[in-house]
Amino acid sequence: MPVPKKKAHVGKECVACGKCVKECPVRALSVYKGMYTLVGDPCIGCGKCAKTCPAGVIELIARKVEGATA
Amino acid sequence: MKKKWYEYLWIVSATYLALGFFNILFAWLGLICFMTPLIISIAKGSKSYCNTYCGRGQLFTLLGGKLGFSRKKTPPKFLRQTWFRYSFLTFFMTMFLLMIYNTFLVFAGATLTEAVTLLWVFNLPWQWTATSLAPPGVAQFAFGFYGVMLTSTVLGLITMILFKPNSWCVYCPMGTMTQGICKLKYRKEIVERT
Ligand code: SF4
Ligand code: SF4
Ligand code: SF4
Repeated sequence: MPVPKKKAHVGKECVACGKCVKECPVRALSVYKGMYTLVGDPCIGCGKCAKTCPAGVIELIARKVEGATA
Repeated sequence: MKKKWYEYLWIVSATYLALGFFNILFAWLGLICFMTPLIISIAKGSKSYCNTYCGRGQLFTLLGGKLGFSRKKTPPKFLRQTWFRYSFLTFFMTMFLLMIYNTFLVFAGATLTEAVTLLWVFNLPWQWTATSLAPPGVAQFAFGFYGVMLTSTVLGLITMILFKPNSWCVYCPMGTMTQGICKLKYRKEIVERT
């Protein structure tokens, strides 16, 4: 499978509500110790979390491909 | 996938609000959803109440999401900013303490006010609920606490309709407090995030 081009990025003002976690089809998200949400590697960049996030802090950003030459 | 028991907690939240119409004394049960999140965050250092068990959050997800009572627009930025969330928390807790103070006055002999205060200014007459079962002070706390719960539900519904389903969760005082407690607990771990 090709590596997805995009990845979710959670901004600083995440309120740790966890609503995005429930939306992710590949379970890439988790709330870290009640403080903020972390995006894991399985993210496929579908954007479902960003649509849900009530705080509006999730953006889709270009994924850095490991080992790729720029 | 089979639904877990805690995915039905929205029914508990809805029932709670309904019970207050029949007998205000049920409002006391609301203390459970006031204490549980705090205990979890202090003891376990997590927001699993918000993340998993909060019936109110689920109710907004359901009404605004599946049932479509939401414009699904991102709320204005200030809502998620620290200054706003903590100001709202301070205001909310001040009103809460005033409510407790009024309860003490009734315990001390002041007359019971059979009304539910909505959005801190509107007094809704609520005389039909039987309060004779309990001492006036106990009933006064029930009216006060139900007012707090109704106010937060109404605010939550308004922001649900105007913005995204769970917009309330951005400035919910319980959410702010539990996240604040976790951040205090793990303050050494908070590294500069970009
Ligand atoms: S973009 Fe899609 S896959 Fe990635 S974290 Fe968000 S919901 Fe999950
Ligand atoms: S939905 Fe948004 S605010 Fe809530 S935990 Fe996810 S990223 Fe944070
Ligand atoms: S932020 Fe408030 S309403 Fe939302 S899930 Fe947490 S406690 Fe429930």
